[in-house]
Amino acid sequence: MSTDPTHDELAIEATGLLKVFGAHRAVDGLDLTVPAGGVFGFLGPNGAGKTTTVRILATLLRPDGGTVRVLGHDVMHEADRVRDRISLTGQFATIDQELTAVENLTILARLLGFSRAQARTRAEELLDGFGLADAAGTTVKTHSGGMRRRLDIAASIIVTPDLLFLDEPTTGLDPQSRNQVWGIVRALVREGTTVLLTTQYLEEADRLADRLAVVDRGRIVAEGTPAQLKASVGAGTVQVQVHDSNRAEAARRLADALGVAVQTDANDGLLSARVDDPTLASLALADLTRAGIDLTTFALGQPTLDETFLALTGHNTQASTDAGKKPA
Amino acid sequence: MTTTSTTPDTTNHALHDAVSTRPRPPRASPVSASLTFAWRALLKIKHVPEQLADAIMIPVLFTVMFTYLFGGAIVGSTREYLQFLLPGTMVFAVLLITVYAGVNLKTDITTGVVDRFRSMPIWRPALIVGGLISDAGRNLLAAGLVLALGLVMGFRPEGGTVGVLLAVGLVLAFAFGLSWVWATLGLLLRTPSAISAVSFLVQFPLTFASNVFVDPQTMPGWLRAFVEINPVSLLVDAARGLMHGTAEPTQIGGVLLAAVLLVAIFGPLTMRLYRTRT
Repeated sequence: MSTDPTHDELAIEATGLLKVFGAHRAVDGLDLTVPAGGVFGFLGPNGAGKTTTVRILATLLRPDGGTVRVLGHDVMHEADRVRDRISLTGQFATIDQELTAVENLTILARLLGFSRAQARTRAEELLDGFGLADAAGTTVKTHSGGMRRRLDIAASIIVTPDLLFLDEPTTGLDPQSRNQVWGIVRALVREGTTVLLTTQYLEEADRLADRLAVVDRGRIVAEGTPAQLKASVGAGTVQVQVHDSNRAEAARRLADALGVAVQTDANDGLLSARVDDPTLASLALADLTRAGIDLTTFALGQPTLDETFLALTGHNTQASTDAGKKPA
Repeated sequence: MTTTSTTPDTTNHALHDAVSTRPRPPRASPVSASLTFAWRALLKIKHVPEQLADAIMIPVLFTVMFTYLFGGAIVGSTREYLQFLLPGTMVFAVLLITVYAGVNLKTDITTGVVDRFRSMPIWRPALIVGGLISDAGRNLLAAGLVLALGLVMGFRPEGGTVGVLLAVGLVLAFAFGLSWVWATLGLLLRTPSAISAVSFLVQFPLTFASNVFVDPQTMPGWLRAFVEINPVSLLVDAARGLMHGTAEPTQIGGVLLAAVLLVAIFGPLTMRLYRTRT
């Protein structure tokens, strides 16, 4: 029987976590504290050390240094106590492609100790709930990416985990499948599961996470609520395209309204400016309209992960990816 | 081909039922977990029956082909040669397909499905033990095919039913021991095909430079010296002895000891590698 985490229990407590693959320090002195309850986002580009960290937390990989407690238990010395209360949905499918959806879930339920009949019932209940009932009897290799992802998550919650690791659950999914996964995550959190979600997408972290940590080169470089992190980066970029004859005036008015410098793209003349407060952007829009300037484009973009990264780490995500070759 | 999916309504009852808190049943016993993994392997064979091609083709090809190709030339009568050959082809066929123990384990590790098993509170060796149970089934199938075919072709063992069953049991026991060697290699080598390649390179000389197909009497001394200490020959001697009622207790004891030693060495080694290398 899974014990409910007490309210002030920490889901994850890691200090000085270290994992070295050859000459590459995949995790390099990472400190992480995740409270029980809600979604904790783990944001970073490929190769930042997210997956390695998750594998250590899920008892799959022994750290080379540091201490880790998951739900109050040491991951190295009390691995089975940890495994009793966690589940992992890895970045790559952790289900059998040659078997059917219902066979996959039934086997896992049997391994968890369900009787034959209970296992079958639980499998069907999960397939119904996750919109996979029609595909229950077909082999997983014929399923779409979104269906496999949902099945993978279903496989992780046969017994309700206290802590669920979702490693990039929506990477490569179309928007509809992504929304389905988000809906499932929200439903799980309502039931009291703590979710640690790794993602490359700022938008995903923003939509789902209560708190998030930004990882770069095996360390946490920023931590806080999504609002705090975005405030530290700026809300985004305003982009305006006008007719050539109006460009100078539009640039001047934008600069006045937003109170920041306005860049003009050398190629297409697109005006852009960083903006910290979306309200200012709407005032700028009103001002341009009042002045009778016809706009071809007016866009307010969220800061991209690249921009967030640049702001937080001083280098772009590509540099981090190059530095962090994934271990096999 | 992609199967269509229905859209889950995030507010619907089915989703709520599916995610609502489930108590954890008592942990599965080691036996139950191992049998579940064996069942998983059987389901995979059901969906991809081609996996059994080797276990069916090798016994049939080598029993039929060698009997009729060489029987007349080697001992002057195919029927007489079959009496000598059959225990040998049984050993040959079963040993060749033991490599699946390593190939299937490596395939599981490569696809990432092992990550899920290892993050669950399951008796650690269950995946490997379960795999070996289903491998034993595959080995039994190969041994049974050789025997059935042989009986149809005129194999008449003097050791009777008991002798034949003991011989099959002995071959399977040795195969079980050898399977752990492939499981160890499955954890050491990089790809499933690398394991097949190593198996081919090791098993072909061992099975051909043995007494499986011919009596070593006519071989040159240096080759005979090798053939006589080749463990495959010792296993074939014991199996032949049991089937024809001439087995010595020391022969059988020697094979069983070898099987026990293989398990004692490669069993713990496999488990250690499984814990640390995957």
